[in-house]
Amino acid sequence: MSIGSASLGHAVRQDGELNARALRSDARRQALGLLALLSPGLFLVFAVIIVPIGWLFWLSLFDESGQLSLANYARFFEQASYIKTFATTFKVAFVVTGACVLFGYPLAYMLSQLPRRAASICLIFVILPFWTSVLVRTYAWLVILQRKGLINNWLIDLGVIGQPLPLANNFAGVVIGMTHIMLPFLVLPLYASMKTIDVDCLRAGMNLGASPAATFRQIFFPLSLPGLASGVVIVFVLCLGFFVTPALMGGGKVIMWAMRMEQATSLYSNWGAGAALGVVLLAVTLALLGLFQWLLGARATGVWSQR
Amino acid sequence: MSAESSLPITHWQRLWLYLLGGLVMLFLIAPSVIIVIMSFSGSTLLQFPPEQWSLRWYESYFGSVEWRDATIVSVKVAVMTAIVATPLGTAAAYAINAGTLRLTGAINALLTASLIIPVILIGIGTFFLYARIGLNNTLTGLVIAHTVQALPLVVLTVLSGLRSYDMNQEMVARSLGAGRFAAFLQVTMPQLRFSIVSGALFAFITSFDEVVVSLFISGGETTTLTRRMFNALRDQIDPTIAAISTCLIVLSIVLLSAAQLFGRGR
Repeated sequence: MSIGSASLGHAVRQDGELNARALRSDARRQALGLLALLSPGLFLVFAVIIVPIGWLFWLSLFDESGQLSLANYARFFEQASYIKTFATTFKVAFVVTGACVLFGYPLAYMLSQLPRRAASICLIFVILPFWTSVLVRTYAWLVILQRKGLINNWLIDLGVIGQPLPLANNFAGVVIGMTHIMLPFLVLPLYASMKTIDVDCLRAGMNLGASPAATFRQIFFPLSLPGLASGVVIVFVLCLGFFVTPALMGGGKVIMWAMRMEQATSLYSNWGAGAALGVVLLAVTLALLGLFQWLLGARATGVWSQR
Repeated sequence: MSAESSLPITHWQRLWLYLLGGLVMLFLIAPSVIIVIMSFSGSTLLQFPPEQWSLRWYESYFGSVEWRDATIVSVKVAVMTAIVATPLGTAAAYAINAGTLRLTGAINALLTASLIIPVILIGIGTFFLYARIGLNNTLTGLVIAHTVQALPLVVLTVLSGLRSYDMNQEMVARSLGAGRFAAFLQVTMPQLRFSIVSGALFAFITSFDEVVVSLFISGGETTTLTRRMFNALRDQIDPTIAAISTCLIVLSIVLLSAAQLFGRGR
């Protein structure tokens, strides 16, 4: 008897081990299968993004004579033109981000307070520009703002001004064009986060005697800050590396970071200089996004996955 | 009915908010509307509203061999990009959604990296790489580069579709004897088809509207429409671009409506 039960227990244990092994190999096979599904996409990203950027980084460490040096980076601190480029870039990024907050917050707030149907209709005004070519929108602003453009023609016809106002091919033109392009990047995440604010919190505040303004200031606004932060970070980061609008609307006077990279590589074939600019730009971008993710625990790419 | 209306604030008290929001909406939409109207102008002067109407800028667009060739290149590249990026992105989203792999977060970050890495860096890097392997000024090179940029959008769109799908259905199919792939094809994919089609449309438009990378890696016979437009804008303002822009705006509206319709079809 005892012999029989012992061998039965042994058999069960052995069975259990066999089972565990089968499960493990099944899990391993499944993991391999999933990896196989990921590999084509990962391979492309690796080949087209990681390898070239790594290569450029390597290149940036050598000077023109092929010697290992930090000359490409030292230039940023020595040449006034580079310092001016960085100053211009951050100035544009700050002004555009500020303008986006100023215009975007009221719009997102309005969208979040409208009934669902009205909100989804108004949202078209944000999403349609978001998916319209940057080039088309920059062209539109050129038509509107240039010397003989629509605004100047109107104002002159109305007799408001005698001479055309300098609206395009300068700092103002770049800021207006870029604000138009960046605004949806601020409004969409902000609106999404405002929608999740519980109306009961606001109602409770008003029940306790707060005025509508106080309810907004003390309850709604603080709760909307994480969404605002995510919009601000994505807009600021995109501004730092933006190319099309400053290149077309800056009139050669507003030289931003990305234009400098294009000039260094295309115009002067100075790959080391262009690469070094790119490396620093990427480092600043990733640092800002990393800081944001660490502080708020949210991903900045959320704006692309919402409709 | 909606919870918002139960707040004791009337629409009248909110009038200033509606006015402000309306102005911002006008700022967002006005440029596109103005360009569409200007494209039917009969004059080279920038007058709004135009004094005479004509289709001359459309004739100039469709009549020009250069513009037509560039358009054909862009359409070809965008179609190919959608065809390549959609299955790759769907497969990747499926694997990320399973979530059993270690490093899922890192993989996700890598696949969506092209959304946050400055495009100018991708452009210069791709040009540098392609110069070594002879892919500059080729359709293949453009399709590969655009696929990398479209991939994150397909991944994110399909992933959001998968989030509202119960994977147990696929398990049921498999326990009834279907193979893994058959279960996906016959049970999961039909329910994800709206997300997948939306993803494909986003991939198409991402490629079609892409400027910066195309500026570096396209040229000669493979000059894309956006590259030609960019160069034309650098020189002078040709109203033909208003006609082309109108076509691009209409394309965006059509594709977005299609994506929305498919998104609702769930």
